[in-house]
Amino acid sequence: MKIIISGFGGQGVLSLGKFISYSAIEENLNTSWLPSYGPEMRGGTANCSVIYSAEEIAAPVIDKPDVLIAFNEPSLVKFENSVKEGGVIIINSDIVHLKTTRKDVKFYEIPVDTLASAINKRGANVYMLGVLLPIFKDISEEAAIGAIQHVFENKPKVIPSNIECLKAGIEYMKQRI
Amino acid sequence: MKKLWKGNEAIAEAAVAAGCRYFFGYPITPQNEIPEYMSWRLFEVGGAFIQAESEVSAINMVYGAAGAGARAMTSSSSPGISLKQEGISYIAGADLPCVIVNMMRSGPGLGGIQPAQGDYFQATKGGGHGDYHCIVYAPSTVQEFVDITYRAFDVADEYRNPVMIIGDGMLGQMMESAEIPPMRDLSTLPNKDSWAACGHSDGKQRLINSIRFEADELEAFNDYLFKKYEKIAEKETRYEEYYNDDAEYIFVAYGSVARICKAAVMELRSEGIKAGLIRPITLYPYPSKIINDTAKKPYVKKFITVEMSKGQMVEDVRLAVNGAKPVEFYGRCGGNVMMPADLVKLVKEGK
Repeated sequence: MKIIISGFGGQGVLSLGKFISYSAIEENLNTSWLPSYGPEMRGGTANCSVIYSAEEIAAPVIDKPDVLIAFNEPSLVKFENSVKEGGVIIINSDIVHLKTTRKDVKFYEIPVDTLASAINKRGANVYMLGVLLPIFKDISEEAAIGAIQHVFENKPKVIPSNIECLKAGIEYMKQRI
Repeated sequence: MKKLWKGNEAIAEAAVAAGCRYFFGYPITPQNEIPEYMSWRLFEVGGAFIQAESEVSAINMVYGAAGAGARAMTSSSSPGISLKQEGISYIAGADLPCVIVNMMRSGPGLGGIQPAQGDYFQATKGGGHGDYHCIVYAPSTVQEFVDITYRAFDVADEYRNPVMIIGDGMLGQMMESAEIPPMRDLSTLPNKDSWAACGHSDGKQRLINSIRFEADELEAFNDYLFKKYEKIAEKETRYEEYYNDDAEYIFVAYGSVARICKAAVMELRSEGIKAGLIRPITLYPYPSKIINDTAKKPYVKKFITVEMSKGQMVEDVRLAVNGAKPVEFYGRCGGNVMMPADLVKLVKEGK
């Protein structure tokens, strides 16, 4: 599974990618997380390429992602044409008001900030992780919970509300997929 | 147990596991996670971390620590590695072991901070002045960063030779699943009492430096070094072959670029085009023999060297192929990274 996550620096683009990689590790899969780094992050866009697989991961760069998650409009414009035929494009519709021009992909507009903030104001990434699980199919809820517990090891107080966000994300997507 | 490790941090922890207790460095992107990690980790294990006032100082601190018999290390990125070259030449001239990491960025000059492979010549053909070589490794995954760093200290000690590990900003910044080997018991590390300035040589003077004013003495030392390099070439040359059994189109690439070639090989094969890859793991000594042997196979049509440079390693590929087959080159620069599709297109169009 090849995923590109892109948005403004500070939207948690890189940390959503890490959540996916940590979840994949919990499933004993190979995974790679490749961030854009440097000046690109300061000015505007940040993105990361995440891959997980039971096989050896060859290129950590992605030219045809299975899934694109766009947290801002420039990201949708930049990456939508690269998405694999039959792939998935998800936008954060609280911020992105464009539609995709692609007809051969599944397109989901999800107001993830609004949906998550009812549970945890900082939970948008974990909510999105939940949204992704029914699409991925091969990463379990337990693995994602394991990733959350690992990432928030030093902030155990926030773990329950993040797990709640995760579950809400899973439910949201299950009804739409 | 496998964990998610950032390339740079994995190198640092693998070095600690290998018994490295002294790190000297100066910050530069994209390798800052190595000194950052060492700055707290070495204190946990009773070692020492010094942020020097410059790269020149840092490499000379490595020189001193190595001379005293310690497992010492420095890391930097391209412009900083240029500054260290005088010190590396002195370390080679003093016949000392150490480990140097270069997480390459784009150049020349200050260049940019995105990944590149423009330091191949510098790493493999000397870099500093005089007749010497570092043993140069080019890992291509975070796990290989770990395994090679862990082994690099043993290799450096065994041959009393500086070892350079080169990666690039992409490998240094990415995270992958990797497993760190067990911590070495320091009491089992090679004993250096016979030559190190360790303070207990029965009162006899022990001079570790690289000055040899007598022509014959220096020539004898040059001969000794090159005998050592021959032995290193014989015993330490490493490479990986990927789908080469019947390949007609052979990519040659190292480090992160080799992984992009692997993806291209798989895609080409899915379309019925027989592609393969030779991935040098040691850049010095260079795995010329496997390339030469491969070039002689009748079904091999051509070699395509792929680098994030304007073409450096391609010279060694041409020397190894020695005219037996065409050698082409594809490169990207400035921090741009080629995609597998670029390489697939290249092979299909040039077929």
